[in-house]
Amino acid sequence: MHPAISVIFFTVTSGAGFGAISLIGAGYPFAQGAWVAFLVGALAGGLAVAGLISSTFHLGHPERSLRAFSQWRSSWLSREGVCAVVTLLLFGLYTLIWMVTGVRLGWLGAFIVIGAVATVFTTAMIYTQLKTVPHWHTAWTPAVYLAFAAASGFTLMASLGRIDALGGWPVTAIAFWLLLLAWAVKSLWWRRALTTNLAQAGSTPETATGLGHLGKVRLLDRPHTGPNYLTKEMVHKVARKHANQLRFLSLVTGALAPIAVTGLTWLAGADRLWLLAAFILLMAGLIIERWLFFAEAEHSVSLYYE
Amino acid sequence: MTSLPPSTDKKLGLVIDLDTCVGCHACVVSCKEWNTGGYGAPLADIDPYGAEPMGAWLNRVHTYEVTPAEGPASVVHFPKSCLHCDDAPCVTVCPTGASYKRVEDGIVLVEEDLCIGCGLCAWACPYGAREMDPAENVMKKCTLCVDRIYNENIPQEDREPACVRTCPAKARHFGDLADPDSDVSRLVAERGGFDLMPEMGTKPVNQYLPPRPKTRPQASAASPAPETVEADGLLGWIDRALERLG
Repeated sequence: MHPAISVIFFTVTSGAGFGAISLIGAGYPFAQGAWVAFLVGALAGGLAVAGLISSTFHLGHPERSLRAFSQWRSSWLSREGVCAVVTLLLFGLYTLIWMVTGVRLGWLGAFIVIGAVATVFTTAMIYTQLKTVPHWHTAWTPAVYLAFAAASGFTLMASLGRIDALGGWPVTAIAFWLLLLAWAVKSLWWRRALTTNLAQAGSTPETATGLGHLGKVRLLDRPHTGPNYLTKEMVHKVARKHANQLRFLSLVTGALAPIAVTGLTWLAGADRLWLLAAFILLMAGLIIERWLFFAEAEHSVSLYYE
Repeated sequence: MTSLPPSTDKKLGLVIDLDTCVGCHACVVSCKEWNTGGYGAPLADIDPYGAEPMGAWLNRVHTYEVTPAEGPASVVHFPKSCLHCDDAPCVTVCPTGASYKRVEDGIVLVEEDLCIGCGLCAWACPYGAREMDPAENVMKKCTLCVDRIYNENIPQEDREPACVRTCPAKARHFGDLADPDSDVSRLVAERGGFDLMPEMGTKPVNQYLPPRPKTRPQASAASPAPETVEADGLLGWIDRALERLG
């Protein structure tokens, strides 16, 4: 699949944003004061909003995007839009009340947690639902999105929060284990992807053309000599060329480095502000991870071009 | 709107005969010609006379080589357009309600004024039946020439999809596949029509007819060498004279 920068940026930043929003909604402790409430709220909300705005850049008609809220009964993309906007509105209200009165409404926070989790889940379902892309069509995809949202949201919020420990655990340790867990889930996703190409999912040029009963099918002539929307969008192979190098880079930047930073901060008992460095490294690594998520995914249309 | 109807009154669709198709691309050109002036936005081309022309087409013909385990390979021309699936995944993924399947005849259409050009329907289609228009940025797809088949301003014989009307080999057939007695349904039953990628669970309406088994020439001994006939008279003399020259 064609890795569109706008969509990569959207899934990574809105994941982190809604992860952070769910923690704020759950009542993660911050210092007193309207300014803190404003900054924390603006940061978490800003990440989520930046992602959502970015996602409209890949639309042919962004001016019609309000229409996308109408089909939540059938469409995961529509559900994602509805969940995101409802959650952000509630979160805006929550932050406003927090800023003005200093009170953090627990019941409103509970709705925000549910909304934020639902937003990340529905984002993942946009890809998971597609039977045409076997790499994505698995329950592991929402697991990966949720795990990375939790890890990135927590790492960011813990670096800015008021507390050193939560439930007896140092926040640096929690960030360490969340990062490890997220990458463990992603490794399982990758392991599954290795054995889930189109042929293994049961689709071949023979099933695509229905000519398998006659023999082996091979493309002799493309419909046109030039490229087309389908080959550019779904038979995108150039982006896969350096997949192994990119996977290595994403693991070093997004997994090894932030896990090492959080682990050392935890063991040394150093300032939890170090988690901010881990967060930035994780974001960089996730951009590469998400690039591969698209670039390595094979779409069944490619069978007609083999 | 983007929920699929539980059932449709008719299932209008195409039956494409892979035995008869000669791969002339007339259906492709005729489709582009009709649909660039008909339903919705024109089908744009980018750089049409340049080095890398590219554009939106609703029907494309691929050509495949099919190699059996034994015997020679054969060439199959393979036209592909929207299959107007019963269980069309392109419809349910649409966030705006622009994509829909009609209850009365099963045709899958795009309401272009509602389309935000997100492209998700094209991702959901296993067959590559939908293409984004490069100029209008809305999703284009085969309409089964909805503006021809019911059009009372054109002669009766023209009220079928442009690709069917134009096919010089009569490899394309149009009709109601929900009616078991229709010509197209009978053709499918007689010739063993099949679905493309049935494993995707889309239940396509369009059907493909397989190439008929080829009759191969009998393998036989080499044909006898032509007899050498001795010429006589003047020709014989010239022949012998030239022979002597070497």
